[in-house]
Parts: sequence; structure tokens; C-alpha cells
Amino acid sequence: MSHDWQPLLLTFRLAAITTVILFLIGIPLAYWIAYTRTRFKPVIETLVSMPLVLPPSVLGFYLLLAFSPQNAFGQWLEQWFNIRLVFSFAGLVVGSVIFSLPFMVHPIQSGFQNLPASLIEASRTLGKSDMFTLFRILLPNIKPALLSGAVLSFAHTVGEFGVILMIGGNIPGVTKVASIAIYDEVESLNYAAANFYAFVLFAVTFAILLTVYVMNKKLLKAG
Amino acid sequence: MISFSLGKQLDSASGPLQLQVEASIAGGSFATLFGPSGAGKTTVLRMLAGLARPDSGRIVVNGETWFDAARGIHLPPQHRAIGFVFQDYALFPNLSVRENIAYAVERHEGGWVDELIALMDLGKLQERLPATLSGGQKQRVALARALARKPKLLLLDEPLSALDLNLRQQLQDELAALHRRFGLTTLMVSHELGEVFKMSDAVLRLEAGRIAASGTPREVFLQGRLSGRLNLHAQVLDIRREDVVHIVTLLIGQEVIDVVASEDEVAALRSGDNVSVSARAISPYLSPAGSR
Repeated sequence: MSHDWQPLLLTFRLAAITTVILFLIGIPLAYWIAYTRTRFKPVIETLVSMPLVLPPSVLGFYLLLAFSPQNAFGQWLEQWFNIRLVFSFAGLVVGSVIFSLPFMVHPIQSGFQNLPASLIEASRTLGKSDMFTLFRILLPNIKPALLSGAVLSFAHTVGEFGVILMIGGNIPGVTKVASIAIYDEVESLNYAAANFYAFVLFAVTFAILLTVYVMNKKLLKAG
Repeated sequence: MISFSLGKQLDSASGPLQLQVEASIAGGSFATLFGPSGAGKTTVLRMLAGLARPDSGRIVVNGETWFDAARGIHLPPQHRAIGFVFQDYALFPNLSVRENIAYAVERHEGGWVDELIALMDLGKLQERLPATLSGGQKQRVALARALARKPKLLLLDEPLSALDLNLRQQLQDELAALHRRFGLTTLMVSHELGEVFKMSDAVLRLEAGRIAASGTPREVFLQGRLSGRLNLHAQVLDIRREDVVHIVTLLIGQEVIDVVASEDEVAALRSGDNVSVSARAISPYLSPAGSR
């Protein structure tokens, strides 16, 4: 029996792209939240954490409304950038980035907050800019947090279902990721195929998480 | 010459505190900020370094204005010629001893880093990470790193408080030698009277956010009197009765002694109390330690 690998490849492509984008957004956002003194910090923290508690269908529903070409934002995207985010891979990426945001930001933020404030101050008295300090001192000292953030975001995106179903639908090769394919196969009573996708997801996520815990132990020892 | 007048509202553990200090320190001198904890010593140091912003006042160092509230001048720490040694040393955990010291040094000045490492006797440790060093070694690295930018002003925040007595005395001597060798102006925060007396040319005694006294250690601590009485602060450790007298065990500095006390004296005492011990001492015997 030949297996259709496409949904799995699509899942891992989505997770990889999402993780890279989140890494680029997550570091500056976590840095800002960790060190800002603005009164609005609790509001920003709440917004970042919302995807943790919100049912994915709620998030998916509002994203669907927002991205829809019938509404202002979707229309604007389509007119100015010629991008349609509903039922497209790009839409899945945007949805996943929002959905997995706390999984990237929280570990990095606590990584920053657990570093002694005197490290940044020492670097300042030694004539270095905060940007230099970030790359030379702060980030190298929170490697375990960076790794956790990246892996949790990746794994969480692999496990996504509700948001994708709402804004992506079930288009083979475009938005039909593995979690959707499992649902699809079970609905048509095709348990063997469902089991194939399920087992691969299970094995891969287990391997990823195991790697993280082993590496974190090593990093902590080295640090 | 460093002169500053600084005002800042602090929220200390014992309620709000208005810090208001004004002083000047002669170039090349070793000055200390002395006082009880919570008096605002560290905050003064941090304001001089640019790590904390005063509410009012100004800081002028060798004719250069570092801070002026009225004119809105606030030089960031990066632009102040300072070396700062933190109480927790603040060594960068991901960098080796050598990399820590070289952090603020231009790449082509490797010779200067070698010189500092040799001076602080860190040659054998230069590839080690800070986590593997002892307290005294970390302290040396922190000092070397603070000197790496060739600062005019060296600011030390209780640099020796975490070390044991022997090591502390050794580092005091090294610190004094560095101060002379590099022609530094040094301001050290300390609450160790012995250390302050031994090391400083000038003392600023800070109490509850104000300078209560300033001058040479002799002027500040002795007020010029030659005393015929010996006045010591002590802590009562134990009181016991032996026959007709009471024996009180006292802690004076790091020494424990027994003294005889009368019924009346003992009545008001409890162990843990702080007391003042005085004795007539017109010409007390002084002998080298260890000869007892």
C-alpha cells in the first residue's frame, strides 16, 4: 500500500516556516516585554497569551472573518498585495504564527528575566550598546530558552487542527496538513491511512521533544 | 576633580527616602561612601555611573558635565569614562576569563589584555568560565575587566563584602596598589569600618540619604579626640550567675570575651542586646596579634 506523504510534508513545511518567523518576531517581542516599563505591559502580555486559552475555533473564526475578501482587511490585502489568506498556505502560516506565539515568547521572556540585571548594566559601563549586549551576552546565556521556544512552537504547529480547519479547509497539497488528513481518513473509515499519519506524527514529535530534553541537559551543564 | 549634587526620591524597604547628597572628590584620591545599609550608598554610585537617573542636580567630572537636570544632560554609561565593579561581580557567564576582560578592549589591543591578566595574576585561569572560579578569583576578573577601558573613575560597590577576612585584606592591598598604579580616582561603597579607615583618603558618611560627615577617616571617625576612655560596641551573647557575681559573655568585633557585671547591670540585659562597653584606658597595652 503506497502512502500519500504530501500532508506530512506540508505539516513539517508549515511548522518549519512558522518556527523561523516566530523566532524572528519572538526574540524582539520577548526582549521588549522583559525589559519595558510601560503601563501597557499587562495588556501586551495578555494578548500574547490569549492563544493559550482561546479555543482554536474562536481564533480561526475571527481570522477567517478578517482574511475574507468580503471584509475590509482581506480586501485591502488582496488589492494592495494580491494576497488571499483564506484557504491558502500563506493564510495557514499567518494563523500558525499567531496561534503559537506564546510558545515562543514565554520561554524566551523568562530566559531574559532570569538573567541578572547587572549583566546588561556591566555591559553598558563597558561601553557596549544594548544591541551588542543582546547578541554577545544575553542570547548566548539563554540558549536553553531559545531551544525550548523553537521546539515548542514547532511541535505546537505540527499539532494544530482547529485553526487550520477554520481558515485553511482541506485542499490537498495546499492546506491539507497531516492532522486534517487523519480526521479526513477517519471520517471515510480509512483507519489504516489515519494510523499511518498518526503514527508518524507521534514518532516525530516524540523524537523532537526527546532531543530537546537531552540537549537542554547538556546546555545547562556547559553553561 | 569630581563634584556632584544629586537628588532622588527612593522607595527603600523602610519607606520613602529623599536622597540629597552634595560632595566633591579630589582627582587621584581614594574615597569611600560609608554608612548603614539602606542609606542610599549604592544609588549614589549608580547615579555617578549613569545606571540610575537622578531627579535633580548635576555631575561634573574633570570639567565635563555628565549630568545636569536643569539642562537636560544625561550621558549614558557608555560615554562615561568609568570602571564599575558590581557587588555580584556580573561576570559574563558565557565568556572565558580572558574574553570577559577583553570585552571592552579593541581587538588590536591584545597586549593590554595580557598586561591586565598578568597584573591580576590570572594567567592560569584565562580560559576558564566564571562559574568555575572562587569568589576571590571572580573579584580579580571583575577588577581587571573594570580597568580594561582605562577609566578615570573607578566605582566599586561593596567589592569585598562577599569574601572572607584573609582574602579581603589581600585584595584591599591589591586594590590600593592598582589605584596608585593607574592614577585612578576611586569611589568605593563599604560598610566595613576597618576597610574604610585603612583604604580611604576621604570618607563620605551617608545616613538616611544625607551626608552626615565628610573628611579624612581620622576626622570622620575620631573627631580629633585622644580618648582616655575605651568605648566599644558589643553584643550580649550569654549571661550567667557564678557565686555572687554575674558573668556576661560579649561579642566585640570578632572576639568573644567574658566580663563581670553587677546585679543592677544585668537586670536590664538580655542576650542579643547591643551594649556599649567602656573602660578607663589612659595607656592601654598594645601588642602584636598572636603574641598572647
